[in-house]
Amino acid sequence: MRSVTGKPSKFDAFVDKLKKESPIHIAKRMDAPKWFPIVIRIAAVVAAFLICAVVTAFFEPNAFGTFFVEMFRGTFGTERRVINLFWETAILLLIALAVTPAFKMKFWNIGAEGQVLIGALMSATCIYYLGGKMSEGGLIVLCLLASVVGSAIWTLIPALFKAKWNTNETLFTLMLNYIATALISLVITVWVKSGSGVVGIMEHGHLPLLGDQPYVLNILIVALITVLVWVYLRFSKHGYELSVVGESINTAKYIGISVPKVIIRTMILSGALCGIAGWLLVNGASYTINTSLAGGRGFTAILVSWLAHFDPLVMVITAFLVAFMGRGAAQVSTIANIGGSFADIVTAVFFFVVIASEFFVNYKVKISFAHLKKDKGEEKSSESLDKQASSAENDEAEAAPDSDSSEAPDDVVASEDKEVTE
Amino acid sequence: METTVAITTSDAQRDVAIQLKGITKVFGDVVANSNVDLEVYKGEILSILGENGSGKTTLMNMIAGIYFPDEGHIYIDGEEVVIRSPKDAFAHKIGMIHQHFKLVDTFSAADNIILGEKCPKFDLAAEREKLAEAHRAENEAYENYDEAEHPGPLAYMTKPKFHPEKETKRKLALMPFVGIGRRIKFNWLAKKRADEVQRIANRFGFKIDLKKKIYDMSVSEKQTVEIIKVLYRGADILILDEPTAVLTPQEIEKLFDVIRNMKAAGKSIIIITHKLNEVMEISDRVAVLRKGEHIATVETAFTDEQQLTEMMVGKKVSLNIDRTEPHDVKNRLVVSGLSAVNSDGIKVLDDVSFEAKSGEILGIAGIAGSGQRELLEAIAGLYKIKDGAITYYDPAKDDAPVDLRSKTPVQIRDLGVRLSFVPEDRLGMGLVGNMDLVDNMMLRSYRKGFMFLDRKSPKKLAETIVNELEVVTPSTHTAVRKLSGGNVQKVLVGREIAASPSVLMAAYPVRGLDINSSYTIYNLLNEQKEKGVAVIFVGEDLDVLIELCDRILVICAGRVTGVVDGRRAIKEQIGLLMTKTTRDVDENQVSLDDLEVHQENDVKGGDAQ
Repeated sequence: MRSVTGKPSKFDAFVDKLKKESPIHIAKRMDAPKWFPIVIRIAAVVAAFLICAVVTAFFEPNAFGTFFVEMFRGTFGTERRVINLFWETAILLLIALAVTPAFKMKFWNIGAEGQVLIGALMSATCIYYLGGKMSEGGLIVLCLLASVVGSAIWTLIPALFKAKWNTNETLFTLMLNYIATALISLVITVWVKSGSGVVGIMEHGHLPLLGDQPYVLNILIVALITVLVWVYLRFSKHGYELSVVGESINTAKYIGISVPKVIIRTMILSGALCGIAGWLLVNGASYTINTSLAGGRGFTAILVSWLAHFDPLVMVITAFLVAFMGRGAAQVSTIANIGGSFADIVTAVFFFVVIASEFFVNYKVKISFAHLKKDKGEEKSSESLDKQASSAENDEAEAAPDSDSSEAPDDVVASEDKEVTE
Repeated sequence: METTVAITTSDAQRDVAIQLKGITKVFGDVVANSNVDLEVYKGEILSILGENGSGKTTLMNMIAGIYFPDEGHIYIDGEEVVIRSPKDAFAHKIGMIHQHFKLVDTFSAADNIILGEKCPKFDLAAEREKLAEAHRAENEAYENYDEAEHPGPLAYMTKPKFHPEKETKRKLALMPFVGIGRRIKFNWLAKKRADEVQRIANRFGFKIDLKKKIYDMSVSEKQTVEIIKVLYRGADILILDEPTAVLTPQEIEKLFDVIRNMKAAGKSIIIITHKLNEVMEISDRVAVLRKGEHIATVETAFTDEQQLTEMMVGKKVSLNIDRTEPHDVKNRLVVSGLSAVNSDGIKVLDDVSFEAKSGEILGIAGIAGSGQRELLEAIAGLYKIKDGAITYYDPAKDDAPVDLRSKTPVQIRDLGVRLSFVPEDRLGMGLVGNMDLVDNMMLRSYRKGFMFLDRKSPKKLAETIVNELEVVTPSTHTAVRKLSGGNVQKVLVGREIAASPSVLMAAYPVRGLDINSSYTIYNLLNEQKEKGVAVIFVGEDLDVLIELCDRILVICAGRVTGVVDGRRAIKEQIGLLMTKTTRDVDENQVSLDDLEVHQENDVKGGDAQ
């Protein structure tokens, strides 16, 4: 703003000030109370639901209410659906638990999908070749062992490369996903002579039903693993070591942690948990094997883990929410007849809003026009300062104050100071 | 604001180059600058003095267009200006030389300097208009040309030419290529601009080879490039952010000569620093900031270091380090013939030999990156060594020698060697920034016990350190990265001392710390020395090294160039040893013999230019 000559209009002055400084301030949130992030996140979830409902209403004018009704009908409508919902939650949670130790170590393992498939493949192989030839109990245990060992070895490959030659684990694990899928296709063509490409329901190796309901045992197993992983990450030396490696490799070296050893050990654990997930999918849920068995959960689980900030207990909630959104939205799209992709859109909107809310957890946005008003007072003070200066030092080089401000009191701008949260 | 004696200048006739009025800047809840008024005159050197976090750099960044003030006004030559970006700053002839140089390594100095200069815009429509107009005018002249008025055999030379419409059209159509041509000439055939750079360098007395690539340059040369860059852009107000932090005493002298030349040329120079002796030497006036507030601006001639310190800290500070005579001196750690290469195969340590003795502080002096880090890490088992021996004499076992060569940190600990190490990179190596105090204490102790962690004793240790070293923290469960630099360092040093070491290595333990915290650390090191610990102290401030250490080992480019007695050492002597090397010969290189000649040259050079 070169010193203004003539009389600028009030509007010009306002624009000038706006140019001088944007009214939006973004600052790091320093000392937010503990409840604050929780409130923000709950608000985000609510907002996500509302946005989804509005989006639905575009396709189905009567569906604004329908959205909520069907969301709940799809998830809690029948006993069967409730069990399905919790099973979906459990399997997502388990895979999220599997990737968490690696992520805490900042090993970006995005190959959970493939690792789960390899676990499933190992289990199915045992059933295919040994089903009926040994006791059911023995077969189930053997399947579990095979899954765990198979997945662990599969995960060990990128871990070794990372530890030895520092290869990029993200690309490596991603590529392994395709190999795992192709392996399953290959095995299916070998097994299914008819060429239909479908392995039917296998008769052996089913996990026992608890209370005549499917999935109940699975859910209990996942609950147990959740607690174990939580304890491992929080209270064990291994858990501590892997967080140190994740935070700073230099610090890890400085205190004498063998970084390759930690990477390999953690990845074996991660792989083993994926193996259990594969085993549950084959022996406890679908009793068959196909390339879409993991159904993208290996990727969704990454989000589940991340949204929970790698805390296993919080992951229970995030996994539930994601499962709820998926199941509910599927039901909505069926009822409103708006196509299967709708469920994906709703889930995407959900993630988008919830992830965006993290910004407001970490930063505060202040929209303020205060400085525009304040200018008046400031001008006075600087004037008086100028006077002091000139009387004290005969300083005639007093800088010309803005001509517009000392004139008519301009209360043009309604000043407001409001904090925006959402 | 308890202002001390504020001697403001009475010279009202001098031209003000830049004036700040009521500048305030707030980051979140932190007030970085509060209502700062400041004037800089033309042709003067102003030092901005203040401790870390006093808002010096923030204030200067606002002049340089990096930050925008929340409140206040900036006047240049009496006119209010708005500086929203570094570009605006350049437009107002303000240039800042940052602490971290912003140069392209693979470019030559000249290229770096002219880099980013915009080719004058080629306005196609206007150029076309111009051409068409010229042709029209010439055609008109042609038509009005009367051969009779211009007799003589050479008249054809001045005869206007006729441009047929076809020619004009063709030339107009080709006009875009003229634009491209000019652009190519500007960007790739930049000889003219390079000559201009050379002229500026000569004018201010910079000695530099402009064709040299940046990666071949020493820190001081890089700094020179940065300064020329700013001058080339036509800056009249130069801001230097801690320019001497990385230079040897000799290089500092050269820099000061150049700064004086710039002052003589009427430029205004602002130097941000916290080194008092330099303030006294170079500046005309000193502005002192404390906690974001402008305490006073005083004329250097009417003040002294003690007064400046008091203004800076806000209370009386004793600037003396209590150095006791070492007692019970025994060899504790002996390094002989140590060599190491880095991942590029370049020798970073070359035949290093020395001994650290119990009950004394051994200082290590050298230009940053001369192998100090590698040396300490090699001793701690973190850096692979190629050759040589490291022997530790265990006081617990009657000074039995222990070979530390090529051992991992865990092996060293298992051998019962009580070696503590305060690394240079506090949050990246010594501590984990995102973990709390307790978990950081645990870094040293977590291995005890079976499978599960013991958080009780680390918590006790954290509490003890917080109490004894007066660490300012909300609780022991605060992430250490949220603490200030001084408190982070107290936590790290406290943890390392808690292991009751017999050898304590500290790399730049006071870097970035304010005066009070620095003296706390010096006292801690002295206490350890009293206890009979062999302390190895890598420092950058030669004055402190001379005051604190019993012996000073000087290294240069990975070689030991001398060991001097801390009680008899002279700064210049250490400075020369720091640059004494057979490699990288440049004009900085001088042997001990021509010390006096060199200084004479400097004085002469300063006068002549």
